[in-house]
Amino acid sequence: MSASRLTAGGSDIDRDRPLSFTFDGRRVEGFAGDTIASALLASGQAVVGRSFKYHRPRGIWGSGVEEPNALVDVGSAVGRVPNARATTVQAVDGIKVRSVNASPTAENDRNAVLDRFARFLPAAFYYKTFMWPDWHLFEPRIRAMAGLGVVDSDWKPRQVSDQVNHHCDVLVVGAGPAGLAAAASAAAAGHSVVLVDDRTHPGGSLRHRAGEVDGVEGKAWVDATVAELKSGGQLVLSDTTAFGLYDHNLVALNQRHSDGGPDTLWRVRPRRIVLATGAIERPVPFANNDLPRILSADAALSYLRRHGVLVGREIVVATNNDSAYEPASALAAAGASVTVVDCRREGGAQAGTGVRVLASRTIMAARGRNAVQGVLLDDGTTLAADCVLVSGGWTPTVHLFSQAKGKLAWSDQLAAFIPGEAVDGIGVAGAVAGAVSLSDALASGAAATGDFRSSSSAPRGTGAEATLGVVSLWPKPKTKGRVWIDYQSDVTAKDVELAARENFVSVEHLKRYTTLGMATDQGKTSNLNGLALLADITGRGIAEVGTTTYRPPFTPVPFASLVGSRRGSMHAPVRRLPLEATHRAAGGVFQEYGGWLRPAYYGGGEAGASIQDEARRARQSVALFDGSTLGKIEVIGPRAAEFVDFIYYNTMSTLKPGHCRYGFMLSENGVVFDDGVLVRLDEHRFIVSCSSSHVTAVHARLEEWRQDRFGRDAVYIHNATAQYATLTVSGPNARQVVEALDLGAALDDASLPHMAVAAGRFAGNEVRVARVSFTGDRSYEISIRADRAEALWARMQQEGRAFDAVLLGLESLMILRAEKGYIVIGKDTDGTTMPHDLGVAGPRTKRASEFVGRRSLFTEAGNRADRNQLVGLALREGEAPLATGAHGVEKREGRLRSIGFVTSSYQSPTLGRPVGLALIERGAARHGETIDVQHLGVVRQATIVAPCAFDPEGSRLHA
Amino acid sequence: MQLFPCPFCGPREESEFHYGGEAGNLRPDGSEVTAERWAGYLHMRDNPKGPTREIWVHLTCGEFFAMSRDSVNHKVSGSSVLGEAEHGA
Repeated sequence: MSASRLTAGGSDIDRDRPLSFTFDGRRVEGFAGDTIASALLASGQAVVGRSFKYHRPRGIWGSGVEEPNALVDVGSAVGRVPNARATTVQAVDGIKVRSVNASPTAENDRNAVLDRFARFLPAAFYYKTFMWPDWHLFEPRIRAMAGLGVVDSDWKPRQVSDQVNHHCDVLVVGAGPAGLAAAASAAAAGHSVVLVDDRTHPGGSLRHRAGEVDGVEGKAWVDATVAELKSGGQLVLSDTTAFGLYDHNLVALNQRHSDGGPDTLWRVRPRRIVLATGAIERPVPFANNDLPRILSADAALSYLRRHGVLVGREIVVATNNDSAYEPASALAAAGASVTVVDCRREGGAQAGTGVRVLASRTIMAARGRNAVQGVLLDDGTTLAADCVLVSGGWTPTVHLFSQAKGKLAWSDQLAAFIPGEAVDGIGVAGAVAGAVSLSDALASGAAATGDFRSSSSAPRGTGAEATLGVVSLWPKPKTKGRVWIDYQSDVTAKDVELAARENFVSVEHLKRYTTLGMATDQGKTSNLNGLALLADITGRGIAEVGTTTYRPPFTPVPFASLVGSRRGSMHAPVRRLPLEATHRAAGGVFQEYGGWLRPAYYGGGEAGASIQDEARRARQSVALFDGSTLGKIEVIGPRAAEFVDFIYYNTMSTLKPGHCRYGFMLSENGVVFDDGVLVRLDEHRFIVSCSSSHVTAVHARLEEWRQDRFGRDAVYIHNATAQYATLTVSGPNARQVVEALDLGAALDDASLPHMAVAAGRFAGNEVRVARVSFTGDRSYEISIRADRAEALWARMQQEGRAFDAVLLGLESLMILRAEKGYIVIGKDTDGTTMPHDLGVAGPRTKRASEFVGRRSLFTEAGNRADRNQLVGLALREGEAPLATGAHGVEKREGRLRSIGFVTSSYQSPTLGRPVGLALIERGAARHGETIDVQHLGVVRQATIVAPCAFDPEGSRLHA
Repeated sequence: MQLFPCPFCGPREESEFHYGGEAGNLRPDGSEVTAERWAGYLHMRDNPKGPTREIWVHLTCGEFFAMSRDSVNHKVSGSSVLGEAEHGA
């Protein structure tokens, strides 16, 4: 006979609401309130999964987050969740549950044969064996055999996961007796409280263990306390796991929803944290202690009292402490035959009626194949059993305390690590703090709230108080058979011994070599047994061996929950042009350029041909393009001129109001950081027109220097980039088109020469007209309030029609500027390019006043003659453009070496041949020289020329 | 996630801030500065273990300020508006 549902009992289930789901295709009956695990147990299912490495049959071990074995894929109407713990997921009618790492079913797994070779597969077997010729040859098949659930790669979130930021006075983690006492105390003192518990029902051990608080039965006290907290407006979150504790008391919570909706991520910033996270029962080490139907004794009691499930009829309980006697007695009372095997001499004092106690005895081995059938004791006798319960003591759940960098202290009395020296702002209470009796737990709860506790007295246990009396029962080296330490990672005592023998005696090395305590389980049940064994082998104390680092998350958290709304187009939002809709209507094909979504080219034709056509027509008559992305950072104030002098490589204070000057900004290491035009509107007002993709960074630098060097009252900086649209007219007939716009500004070349700026109006709005050119042709940049730009753009197109005006996308603009040798920072420069590498050496030698990066221009590196310098690369007519990124190469002492690389390369429709820009070693002095340019193994020849290939005299700027 | 006290806005989460550098790393002006001094300004950092004084910028308000914190336990002991000491002028 095996596990079964009793006809009555089970505080968590509702027998009037039956449900059913499938497990590996088999129908499983249950009730509302069942977890998948409790329903599986009630249905008699022993094997619920296969182990990670050896494909051993494994059954349900625990009743909560500690469950190492029962990982399942849960398929429902809202999707599929891999690697869910069957013990923490509520059973829902109609779901499809599948075991993981088993095929076709957990019961009949075709890889089960692996276990027979287990002796050949010790820790690190794969690392050592599959070294030659290459691990990657073997990896796919090994990975397919090992591992857990499979991610559904087609999964799409149906709705965005909520993320909630919350502040409160006290956050209490764990709604057991200690946590409830803490929450109640803080609430009574008038503080705002958040109480979270990872179970569906609060109460912790009081939900399945006997207890009486202030004369009230435990569960009733839990319900009353929770009701009072809720009615007082406090936040009580169930099915919510505090999975991470971060700097400055930030606690991350994962809240699950029974309606199948996506999990909610909470970021809670309390003034005080109370950790009442309880403790987890440990396995008992004996051979084959991983067989299905070997469970935690506390879990068995929980299944009995919460779900009305009797885990066996013929039960052996192995223990080293008092806590196993309540389960033993309760199961005997429920009709099971129960034998307690207690390793202590005085075992049995609290045994209930019908419980047989064998004192001073331990289990050596369990017998059975797909479920335990009996045990062998150390005196050589055997006991038949259809279920073995184990209680190897309790391991406090110190994960969050350790994440807060709290130090642990070893307690011989509890045979466990407990929180040591207090951490600021964090209190610990209940079992995690080493409390055993209910009264101690309740008192520690109230005390843990620190300054937030109420003055009224803490609740007290009024029934029989629990005792522990634990003695050590650690795994021993050289034990016969396979004693499992870590169920989830398939680590045995022999693996730990092997690691120690190979000198992996640091606990962190042991972990990585054997995988002990890794994966989603994080060693919740296994860590301490593993540490104790390592301590024994290496002749150290457990405290000396120490623990591995506890890292978040405590339990797995869905990525979708961590991501929240920051996905798809919200992941890295692009900046958009005010006239995007208009450009789209005109056939603009959009691409992202440096964070901006801009038209790459217009029209429905083939991209390459459209781009060539735009670039060719731009030189013939008039081109219109949207340059709104250009930076427009205003620098205003009494020391503005001095400020721009310091910021720019070029002297800017000599610029006359109403004029513009092109210049570089350097970093302090002398590298060209940005280029662009500075406009001086009046004595104390400038506009920094920086690169489109660089606006935020330039603005930040200006602010930094303003605050660091000039002070708040000397200069004011305002980034007005998004406030204006900048629409540009370029080409030989540009002036005629701008004149037709009727802006009221004098446009003759004497009034508005190249690199000058004028004010005008369009349809009642102020506009700024700047003669600045990025094409090499006469150009007018017209800036207008962004929300009034549409009418101006329409008018520009209308007036342009008579001149066969062409709309330029960014791609053709790139051709035009490359023909002129105009650079794009970060494309035609790299992280070593200094201004004198770009042919602008004057300020370096002539400027007397200080500027950013100045001293770096004269370092040993800055003075080198063999620096990469900007050049043009000429090819013969009919040749294809060079590949951007192709390297100039030369042979020196028999070895091929790079002498620089191609930075820009295009076919020029106007010149009828390719144009290219490159950074080439000593390039400025090598004009006329033909060099080899290599790309993907193909070597071509190119001639070094001046960067400007089109209209080198610049006459078209004024034409 | 740490909480930093912006002297202008109050406590805000660390993702709103950007590290500006060690406080007191004064800029030596002029082309006569020795290579060692300039390299020290550009590259050499104390990277102290324990109490530090640093320059941070609160990106959402744009203000730079000095903050004292501990690089080991991440405790922040205070922050202040940039004064003459940080300007070095």
